[in-house]
Order: sequence, then structure tokens, then C-alpha cells
Amino acid sequence: MFPPIANPSVTDVTPRFSEKDLVRRSASTVPAPAERLTEVAKLIDVSKCIGCKACQTACIEWNDTHPAVGVNAGVYENPPDLTPDMFTLMRFSEWDNPETNNLEWLIRKDGCMHCEDPGCLKACPAPGAIVQYSNGIVDFVHENCIGCGYCIKGCPFDIPRISRVDHTAYKCTLCSDRVAVGQGPACAKACPTQAIVFGTKEEMKQHTEGRITDLKARGYANAGLYDPPGVGGTHVMYVLHHADQPELYSGLPKEPRISPLVEAWKGITKYAGLTVLGVAAGVGLLHHLVMGPNRVSDTDEENAERLVRNDGHDSA
Amino acid sequence: MTAHDVEPDRVVHPGKPVTVDRYTVGARINHWITAASLILLALSGLALFHPSLFFLSGLFGGGQFTRFIHPWIGVVLFFSFFGLFIRFWKANLWKREDGAWLTRFRDVLANHEENAPEVGKYNAGQKFVFWAMSILIVILISSGLVVWDQYFSAYTTVGQQRVALLIHAIAAVAIIGVWIIHFYSAFWVRGTIPAMTRGSVTGGWAWRHHRKWLRELVTKPGGRSGSKPAE
Repeated sequence: MFPPIANPSVTDVTPRFSEKDLVRRSASTVPAPAERLTEVAKLIDVSKCIGCKACQTACIEWNDTHPAVGVNAGVYENPPDLTPDMFTLMRFSEWDNPETNNLEWLIRKDGCMHCEDPGCLKACPAPGAIVQYSNGIVDFVHENCIGCGYCIKGCPFDIPRISRVDHTAYKCTLCSDRVAVGQGPACAKACPTQAIVFGTKEEMKQHTEGRITDLKARGYANAGLYDPPGVGGTHVMYVLHHADQPELYSGLPKEPRISPLVEAWKGITKYAGLTVLGVAAGVGLLHHLVMGPNRVSDTDEENAERLVRNDGHDSA
Repeated sequence: MTAHDVEPDRVVHPGKPVTVDRYTVGARINHWITAASLILLALSGLALFHPSLFFLSGLFGGGQFTRFIHPWIGVVLFFSFFGLFIRFWKANLWKREDGAWLTRFRDVLANHEENAPEVGKYNAGQKFVFWAMSILIVILISSGLVVWDQYFSAYTTVGQQRVALLIHAIAAVAIIGVWIIHFYSAFWVRGTIPAMTRGSVTGGWAWRHHRKWLRELVTKPGGRSGSKPAE
């Protein structure tokens, strides 16, 4: 049992972090914060999840989104995918374990992983539309978002969704507004089995060790923590019974990283492109300074006049 | 002067200097719609390409509107350029003298065009610009549709969209480069711009840069009275 986060006090609390704690800001730079906040993390213990969707409901309620009533598509997922109004989604997969011949029901709460190296932020062209706080939370600032969808291309987990209503991108905020006043995310608060817990990243890692020992004792030899180093680690982590095969959990990527295509587009192309154009303009300017204009001479005009006068013949 | 020589509506107008019709009013309007689109696309595209150029989005009323209008201008450019393509493609087919002209490219750059062979309506450099624009516009519209999130994001995978974004960015840089060549050449070779503003050039300009074209206009009966100016 992980100690639950206490209920909030009824007195006003000064936010614990703000704009001065930004470590990254899309398409712009920020001064390094004076001190780094303690890194936070949400731990989702897949082995404890019962698929009740209380987290989804709590997310809708806290974020005051209004997803349309869906239809039964014959699967447990509802809605069928993340939407601009559904920041988190229980994904269900049935897996026939070939070693035990057991049918395993693997349920994963999908949503933003709050990468230490956020692909969305690196792809974003709008200054300040995506920010990263020093406690690890990656947040979207809607008033700066232009709705281009580059964050979707940058994300290794396919999380952001563009609203067709206000044309801005939405995703899990890790309840940055709650965390700022000492609360945990709404989903963690609602989880009846403590499959979702929240605290400092260190605490979460320590808590994980006990969980992994327990799972291994119960025959899950490959149980482990999902904190992928390809994106610098994440601030949402999973405990998986089959950590060697994360794809089993509705396609959780095994080695997520920012796509090399995105790195090339936002890296070399950006700098080489502007350099090439600058050089082209410079060469033009230099050519004109050195060679001067190519002017039509009086002789040319006379030659043309003679040609016309002589009906197409150079000389009379 | 012979009877078939001088007609009021012919392409080559005798005088001091001789003037030669180069572009019809339709071709000129078509060209300037394309030109305006390309410049607006470059400005709005560069705003989204590099953070230090994001301020350009202010020209379009902010980031949201830049994101909205850029693809639509692209659609205008595509159809507008298609009109230019229909008008100009034949005159831009590769001819034997183009290879010979290219071997004298250094002379041309050094303002010694007289050492290069006589060329028709377009020289090899202009043909390069024409075909590069044509190919790049096809690449840009196709990759652009893939990353037009508002209407087309559902038809491709995110992986395909990443490829399209990279291609779109590289092709955009290339076409701006081609535009720099196009713009600079029109400025460097004095007397060129009236071809696209008033529609005509002087006889001396045609003699100096496109002598084969001028000879054809003067001698061919079809290129003279009553016929449309070549495009």
C-alpha cells in the first residue's frame, strides 16, 4: 500500500511552480531556472488495474471535458481512441501466453508519458505553445497553440489530438493545476486499487521495486518498470508484468524515441535550409557587385532594328 | 517595306527601339497570381519552419491564421501554376542548342552572352527554373496535402506524415532557392521585367538574349500579323 495523498486543505495555497520553473519552451528559449524542482512521476501499475475506467471518468470530470456519448463498437475501449476530450484511455488487449497457456487480459491506461525529452515540444513551431516544467510536467498552453498538428508527428506515443472546435492540441496535463497545489492527478485520486500512484520520481521508483519483487514471486519473471531511456525517461511510468514485451499492451513502443525523421526535419534541415537560402541570396548579391548588370547595348537595338527592316536578314 | 511586313497588331513592332511582344495579358495575370501565391507561401511557410522567423506569422494575423491560410494559398498556387505550365511547357522542351549554351554558362555569368549560341524563347537556365518549379510544386502539393491536418490527417499514418513533413520542408527550401535564381536573373538581365509587366521587350533585348526567337518571329509569317504572341 502506497500512502495516499491527503485531501486538499480548504485554505488558499500558493502554487508550487509557475512560469519561472520552465526548463523548455517550444520554439523559444527560457532562462535556466534558479533551482530544479523535485521531479514528479505517476506510476501506473498495470498488474493492479481492474479496468474500471474510474481514471477516465475522473479525468473528464476534473478537466471539464465533454466527450460525446459513444456507441458500442464491440470492444471494451470507450471511446475507441484518445480524443481532444479524452486525455486518457483504458486500452484492453487479450493475450494468449504461450508459456502458461493462460489468457491474459492486459489493460493499459494510455495517455501522455511526460517525456524528459519531449518530441511534441521539439516539433512545435509556435513559441510557448508547449512547455516543460522542471518537475518534469509537459504542458500545452492553448493560447499559444496554432493547431498545426506538428506535436502529433513529434510524439513517439501518438498522444496529442487536435480539437476541431478551437483548433488547438489537447493531451493529459498530469493535472499540473492540481500538482501545483500539492495534489495528485485526478486519475490517481480516483483509482480504487492504487494501480495509479503519484509522487516524486524517486519515490515511485522505490515503490516499483517492491511491486516487481512481488510480481516475480508470482511467476512473472520478466516483470519490470517501463521508464524508456530513448526519450530520457518519462514522468508517467508503467509497472508491466511482461516488461520485455511492452508491445503486448496495445502497442506500447518497446524503444520509443523521437523519430529520426523529426530530428532531421527540426535539426539539420532547419539550419542547412536557411544557410542554403542565405548563401543563394549572398551569391546573387556578390555576382551583381562583381559582374554588374547585363544591359542591352545600343548595338543590340540597332541589330534588332536592322533585322526587322531587312525582313529577317542580318545585313542589308 | 513589303506588304506582309508591318501590321499594326503584329508581334514585332518596328520603331526606335523595336518592341517585341513576349507575354499576353492572360499569361501576365496568371504569372502574377502565381508569384503572389509563392511569396505568401514562402513567408507563411518560413514562419512555421524556423522559430526565429515565427514573427512572419504576424503578417497573416497570427499563428492560427497562418496555419489556416498557408495550405489554401498552396491550392491557389497549384492551379495557377498549372495554367502557366499549360502555357509554357512546349517552349521549355530541351533543344539541342541548350546543351551548347550550358557549356558557355561561365561566359553568360560573366556578361559575355555573345560567346553562347543563339537560343529560342527560353535559354537552358530559364528551362531549369521552369522544370524545377514544376517538379517541386507537384512534390509540395502532394506532401502538403498529407500534412494538412484539418482535412487530411485521417487518411495517412503519423509515420507517413513525418516523411511528408521532411520532404515538404526540403522541397520548400529548394523552391525558394529556385525563386531566388528566378528573381535575381530577372533583375540582373536588365530589360526583362517589362516582359511580365507591360508584356513586351525591346528588340535589342530579344536580339541579345533570345536571338533565335527574334529571328523566328521576324521571318515566320505565322509569328507576325494577327497571330497571338508566342508564350
